[in-house]
Amino acid sequence: MSIFDRLFGKTKSADSAKERLQLVLIHDRTDLTPAELDSLRDDLIATISRHVSIDAQAVQIDVEHDGRSQRLIADIPLKAARRRTRKIK
Amino acid sequence: MPAQVITITSGKGGVGKTTATANLAVALAADGSKVVCIDGDIGLRNLDVILGLENRIVYDIVDVIEGRCRLKQAMIRDKKLPNLYLIPAAQTRDKNAVSPSDMNRLVKDLRPDFDFVLIDSPAGIERGFRNAIAAADRVIVVTNPEVSAVRDADRVIGILEAEDKGPGALIINRLNPVLVRKNDMLSADDVLDLLAVELIGIVPEDENVIIGSNRGAPVAADPKSKAGQAFRNIAKRLKGETVPFMDLESTGSLWERIQRMAGRK
Repeated sequence: MSIFDRLFGKTKSADSAKERLQLVLIHDRTDLTPAELDSLRDDLIATISRHVSIDAQAVQIDVEHDGRSQRLIADIPLKAARRRTRKIK
Repeated sequence: MPAQVITITSGKGGVGKTTATANLAVALAADGSKVVCIDGDIGLRNLDVILGLENRIVYDIVDVIEGRCRLKQAMIRDKKLPNLYLIPAAQTRDKNAVSPSDMNRLVKDLRPDFDFVLIDSPAGIERGFRNAIAAADRVIVVTNPEVSAVRDADRVIGILEAEDKGPGALIINRLNPVLVRKNDMLSADDVLDLLAVELIGIVPEDENVIIGSNRGAPVAADPKSKAGQAFRNIAKRLKGETVPFMDLESTGSLWERIQRMAGRK
């Protein structure tokens, strides 16, 4: 998008086409709907919480693509680890 | 050397598979290769009209498979290019009349006598598509720079990978350089970014393609047509030559160039 388009808040149609396709293709390729991704997120939180205490609100699950291969990226901040370090100090 | 067997497919209908098949066949034959193209769209025969051979059909692919005629009898020789042949689809038959193993047998019989066997796949990902890719050494996926065509191309590429047919090579057909410059059409780079496959050609939108179809004379034979040039380049790439991609996106009116220089586009 050029600076002019951004100034006028206008997205050119090719940009929206590309952004929409990026999302659609990830779901087509992985057979994962956003709802399934959410349920996967909840399961992951439940499983990991049984072992360590995590910040459930901050958990991020994303599908990234590199060429034609897909990768599931989970960013799971730990709560307990931080607290423990503080106590030791 | 036995033939290279290339299937042209797309997922979505109407993106230009048949036009691409006809044009590649003409370009390859005009360049001296011996070419046979097979219309794989049983029940919706069309390659014959695009090639201008519709009046000469006596037997079709199902007649060959069911033994009503010899293979040679179903091969129609082109009027202008003596080393180009067509095996037409059946128009009235049930599309289940052909199986992947029938295609394998047919192509095996054709291989020794040709340099290229081009198979025009029907749209979709069902039986006709499975037949068309069964015997392919290489698959060309045709798409348009448009959301539905790109999405379907991605599905087809996924199936080709799952079937061990390789990811396929991409033709981006009907690219409109003016719309791309206005950022109102996906560029070739955008499409390649999304699909992440090898590019074998970019064909610009060109009214000569329709004029050629009307006449039954594919534009690959027209030295002035830009689309024809693009198809001739793809034919050369299929023969293993390195041909640079046509520069479609950089030209434009003086005003457009000034706008681009000013960073407006």
